[in-house]
Amino acid sequence: MIGADAIVKCLENEGVEVLFGYPGVAICPFFNSILNTDIESILVRTEQNAAHAASGYARVSNKVGVCVATSGPGATNLITGIATAYADSIPLICITGQVESKLLGYDTFQEADITGAVESFVKYSYLVKDVKDIPRIFKEAFHIASTGRKGPVLIDIPSDIQNAPISKFEYPKEINLRTYKPTVKGHSVQIKKVIAELSKCKRPIICAGGGVMLSDARSELRDFAHKYNIPVVSTLMGISAMRSDDPLYFGMVGNNGKYYANRAMNESDLLIMIGARVADRAVSQPDLITNNKVLVHIDVDPAEIGKQVGPHIPLVGDIKHIFKDFEKESFDNNFSEWVNTLNSYKEQAPKRKAPSDDFVDPAEFIRLLSEKMDEDAIYVADVGQNQMWSCGYYTAKDGRFLTSGGMGTMGYSIPAAMGAKRAKKDTEVIAVCGDGSFQMSFMELATMQQYGIPTKIFIFHNGYLGLVREHQHKVYKGNYSVVDLSGSPDFSYIAKAYNMEFKCLCNMDNIEKEIDSILAFNGPMLIEVMIDPMDTVK
Amino acid sequence: MEKVFSLIVDNTSGVLSRISGLFSRRGYNIESITAGVTADPRFTRITIVTTGDDDILEQIEKQVEKLVDVRNITELVPDSSVYRELALIKIECKPEERPNIISITDTDAFKANVVDISKNGMIIEMTATSAKIDSFLELMSSYKILEIARTGIAGLRRGTDNIFWPDKNNIE
Repeated sequence: MIGADAIVKCLENEGVEVLFGYPGVAICPFFNSILNTDIESILVRTEQNAAHAASGYARVSNKVGVCVATSGPGATNLITGIATAYADSIPLICITGQVESKLLGYDTFQEADITGAVESFVKYSYLVKDVKDIPRIFKEAFHIASTGRKGPVLIDIPSDIQNAPISKFEYPKEINLRTYKPTVKGHSVQIKKVIAELSKCKRPIICAGGGVMLSDARSELRDFAHKYNIPVVSTLMGISAMRSDDPLYFGMVGNNGKYYANRAMNESDLLIMIGARVADRAVSQPDLITNNKVLVHIDVDPAEIGKQVGPHIPLVGDIKHIFKDFEKESFDNNFSEWVNTLNSYKEQAPKRKAPSDDFVDPAEFIRLLSEKMDEDAIYVADVGQNQMWSCGYYTAKDGRFLTSGGMGTMGYSIPAAMGAKRAKKDTEVIAVCGDGSFQMSFMELATMQQYGIPTKIFIFHNGYLGLVREHQHKVYKGNYSVVDLSGSPDFSYIAKAYNMEFKCLCNMDNIEKEIDSILAFNGPMLIEVMIDPMDTVK
Repeated sequence: MEKVFSLIVDNTSGVLSRISGLFSRRGYNIESITAGVTADPRFTRITIVTTGDDDILEQIEKQVEKLVDVRNITELVPDSSVYRELALIKIECKPEERPNIISITDTDAFKANVVDISKNGMIIEMTATSAKIDSFLELMSSYKILEIARTGIAGLRRGTDNIFWPDKNNIE
């Protein structure tokens, strides 16, 4: 047995069934060994998308996603994908080949100091120096990636270590990390304090973030909110934590959020942030948030608590565990008047002005599309105007809403949708992107076709980098600079080239029928949705 | 405000770069940093002097604690801690000036040592608090100071309470 075989054995021991990768000489020993297993290797078309695909896979399967690249440019191409996963706390194992140990540091062909380069985007990284360390390192890496605040871990393995003989393989049963012990269980005193506040407040609100999804605590959140009639808002990453038709859900907060969601948060007297970072796009002035309310901040990462705003009650722990502890407590309070008030705000909300009849209205289209999708369907939004419309008008049911929230990486949706579909082969998966973001990653249509991973991809075609154009319209008085996408290809030919069905929706005529027929079609499809080039999110 | 943090970290390759990298990417200041192996060679003690307002200092503590390699971070509060820094000071001096300088270094106030003498200069070694080294340098400024090497501070908490030491049973 050699190091490469040991790596494969580690992946088997961790229950890995698929990896997304791109080979090169420095990682060839590994790709040779992987042939002897049941683990499927999916060849993406550029390394960044291997990380995004692994991210989509991880988010939907609740397992660790695995991506593999070679040394040098293969590894550096992964970086944007790793940074994207890090910003959204997605657990990944990123394996990179490296030049031979004895050539390290000599600027060898395809040598890059990848552990140094990803330092600020990984939860941890390893450079393997001894073949005997492989089982321990993989055991630790999977543990670190998937516990506490999740995130990517990179393992860089020189090719000679992959080829080195290893006398016996024994996968460690236990982890012996002296310095890493994330807090899982919430402090009981803090839990009692939260319950005490709930029993005396009048206008409580829960703000659910991406941590709720990462902790797989969606049903616990829904049960808790309903047991006590507590209204809920969400951040962008918390979309799909609650159903859109839930009478206790009041939408997404933030500068692109719902008017009534922000109002609900501002007027509350008890704000419970759960698994949310209080980041700049959700809360523009965090220092003011505690002026008129008690703030409870629940997060698995102690460093998030107090980073933006000092809460009255900090509560560190895994969200699912904390809800279990809440269940053991009880209190008596009636919030129906507050919920009624919030409902009246919802009714007062200004309606979006429908754009011209000559185009598809993206907001209404997204609402109809997501309403007609399966109960458990997965909707992947890219970045840009398409993402903002998606956040605003996506109808959440019991499926998932995926997007690159923290990093805002264009081109995320297609590879992430591919990863999600690979994780749940029988679940409906669609991606929504703009004509800009589509052109950043449509090479992955080939991967989807090659491996039989059918998704439906909607391109919102407006001929512009829409969100930047909107920004230039407002801030630079309409001086549009480098946002014109008019050289884009005819997307019907792209579909044809990749042997996919194609449909173009030009306006709202028969739109419901059109959506029905698209969703009923069994197979991959590219749908071009013509939208008004001058339409804006706000 | 200035704070001194004492860290016990896993003695892994790249650990110092992981810690200094965290400071630089989050825009925290490092006034000085020293590192050295502890009585248990698996661990390194790092002493960092940093500045910032209360919120920043709290974030520094939390972000450092979060690093996988960091076993423990504590603040070394001035009243209950001992800090020392080592300085090597090379000054230009003629042979006739030597006795005068030695009379200053020898005093109880500074307890500095002359560790090298050459034709036109000498190196003085001094171990003291940073403030005392500053005042010694002030005093020496009437001579021509050629070079200075200062280590930055190392520190320990006074007394034998609250000693951080990993549980041997836990780590074997």
